[in-house]
Amino acid sequence: LPAAVLLKDTKLMDVKLGQLGSWLATRDFTPGGIMGAMRRGYERYYNKYINVRKGGLGGISMVLAAYVVLSYMWSYSHVKHDRRRKYH
Amino acid sequence: MNLSFFDQFSSPSLLGIPLILIAMVFPALLLPSPGNRWINNRLSTLQLWFINLITKQLMIPLDKKGHKWALILTSLMMFLLLTNLLGLLPYTFTPTTQLSMNLALAFPLWLATLLTGLRNQPSVSLGHLLPEGTPTLLIPALILIETTSLLIRPLALGVRLTANLTAGHLLIQLISTATTTLMTTMPVVSLLTLAVLLLLTILEVAVAMIQAYVFVLLLSLYLQENI
Repeated sequence: LPAAVLLKDTKLMDVKLGQLGSWLATRDFTPGGIMGAMRRGYERYYNKYINVRKGGLGGISMVLAAYVVLSYMWSYSHVKHDRRRKYH
Repeated sequence: MNLSFFDQFSSPSLLGIPLILIAMVFPALLLPSPGNRWINNRLSTLQLWFINLITKQLMIPLDKKGHKWALILTSLMMFLLLTNLLGLLPYTFTPTTQLSMNLALAFPLWLATLLTGLRNQPSVSLGHLLPEGTPTLLIPALILIETTSLLIRPLALGVRLTANLTAGHLLIQLISTATTTLMTTMPVVSLLTLAVLLLLTILEVAVAMIQAYVFVLLLSLYLQENI
């Protein structure tokens, strides 16, 4: 059953679960493609939350919160030893 | 596992990939380049206002030749400010606590000011080694002292930044450990320690900003002597 739109052009939210593998195969995983994807993601976030007429604290706070969460995940293996130690 | 309070300063790595690179590059994400609009968004406007403020402050004492240094001094200032302030967030890593990085920043820039002075105006630069009006007998001793003080500048720049930030982070960790440990046994003392911790955090925010400013200011002063 041919799709109404090419699989390559469908957005991720419209892809059916069974088609996920073939959808991923159509994506561009070269370094240039990954940089393009990161640039697009950055532009989407920037234009939605920061480059607006009355931007507030929320725009950068979300970035900083994500940075904190990411740092916690990266240091978890080190931090988990501190939990119930008597002498630090 | 030998845990100590200095473990927070070990360079983090994930599966062998050093994460310090991400900590160093992340501040760049927070500084968007202003677009083509006449009035930009609030973040860009604030950032532009702040950068103008710093650049004017730094460039006023310098003459036209020194204005070539505007870009590097201002970007150094923004980098140090942001990395210091981001390091105060929980679980983040501050790359400026590493002596290697601070010396790598201080040494080449100081050397650049020194070589600029020695190349363009050697007698004036060497003349700075002897303050005016010294008694004749003291001249040899004073030249030795001034040379030592000149050669120790990059070390002082690097170590000042490292020591201030490291000491601050260590103090925060110590006092917060004390607060949580005392909460079960003596809650009132724990509340006092919490007040100390709050004041200390405010101090650390101030120190983070001041140290960045001092670093760049001293470099611009060394430049003024030599340009």
